[in-house]
Amino acid sequence: MTDTRDITLTVNGTSYTHTAETRMHLADFLRLNLKLTGTHLGCEHGVCGACTVLVDGEAVRSCLMLAVQAAGKEVTTIEGLADGDQLSPLQEAFSKHHALQCGFCTPGMLTSLTAFIRDNPGADEAAIREAISGNICRCTGYQSIVAAGVDAASR
Amino acid sequence: MKAAPFTYHDPQSLDDLIGLLGSLEDVKVLAGGQSLMPMLNMRFAQPDHLIDLNGVDGLTYISANGAVTIGAMTRQVALLKSDDIATKLPVMREALGWVGHFQTRNRGTIGGSLCHLDPSAELPTTALLHDSELTVVGPNGERQVSMAEWPLAYMMPNLAEDEILKAVTITPWDNPAGYAYEEYARRHGDFAIVGVGVLLAVDNGTITKAAVAIAGGDQVPYRLTEAETALAGQPATEESFTAAGEVARAHQAMSDAYYTSAYRQRLAATLTKRALIKAAARANGDTS
Repeated sequence: MTDTRDITLTVNGTSYTHTAETRMHLADFLRLNLKLTGTHLGCEHGVCGACTVLVDGEAVRSCLMLAVQAAGKEVTTIEGLADGDQLSPLQEAFSKHHALQCGFCTPGMLTSLTAFIRDNPGADEAAIREAISGNICRCTGYQSIVAAGVDAASR
Repeated sequence: MKAAPFTYHDPQSLDDLIGLLGSLEDVKVLAGGQSLMPMLNMRFAQPDHLIDLNGVDGLTYISANGAVTIGAMTRQVALLKSDDIATKLPVMREALGWVGHFQTRNRGTIGGSLCHLDPSAELPTTALLHDSELTVVGPNGERQVSMAEWPLAYMMPNLAEDEILKAVTITPWDNPAGYAYEEYARRHGDFAIVGVGVLLAVDNGTITKAAVAIAGGDQVPYRLTEAETALAGQPATEESFTAAGEVARAHQAMSDAYYTSAYRQRLAATLTKRALIKAAARANGDTS
């Protein structure tokens, strides 16, 4: 017997009502049910940070949260950071500093830094490095990611 | 990768929660999920029932009237932002900086950490450092458990299957200024290999009271009582702190595939000394 719940949540400003298996984590729900595949899954046990999304504005691991726990919440994924074709200041900084190579870690880097810079405007390099200490870039392109973060934080 | 099937329950009140715990078999309780969710995803845990605490009313609060009482579902980020924690329990605030990353602290809870009881975890160690009292609720009402009697064995808290941790009460020291939490991990935010929390009261250069708690050395966090007793009455000098470090080194430590017991004991000695030196400087008004 499959245990399911009907849940309603807002993702990137759009309200969705779906049936979710209770054991499904939020990242799978976003990717499989809502077809929002910008959220990436690396490790699925909270270490790599690629699946980070904003839930009610706070950066969290979407692999460590059940989809049913997001009922009634407002979720922002990487697809919700830009305003149409207008990139967010952080996304612009990533483009300017070439802060992505393969792009796998990028959704988690952008969502994490979006929340962090909002709460810590003017954050310096050390603070940016600590903020993304839970986000792994296997291309090891950290220098440019940090440069983009510092640039965006200073805007 | 996904969890094995379970039946999900999300009680809204403590009474409903206790009722569920008493009537269901093979249950896991979900707090912040930063340890249990990985175990579910990797199928290390395959419970028949999952009870989610996130909707239960009355488990999220920080109250500070003399002693500081913290509801079990209070998130680590709330502790970090709390002025009461910063002023009355600064060692907990310092320890929180070592707990995972800001994204995991947004979900992780103090009660989850205390019940998961990883031997390297910072929050159980700071609770032990303060002789905290835990409030546990079960079908027969509440009972109090001292933090010293909370860890029964490796990752096994003093909690029956039909009970739940409700809150932890921590009594601040009269002058909390002499504190430090030091730890070493391969990468910031990883599980500590060894961590050390200390509290120190110093009067005119003489130590009047000391508390030292060590994480990651043994199967459970423990107090270095022998060193605490020896420190009282000694001058607050590097020599006294080195001697305390040697007591830490003498405590037999765990060994695993990554780190030998000798390495953990060496870390315990170094970090104990380092934490005590920092605490003494802070007790003397050094605010760094």
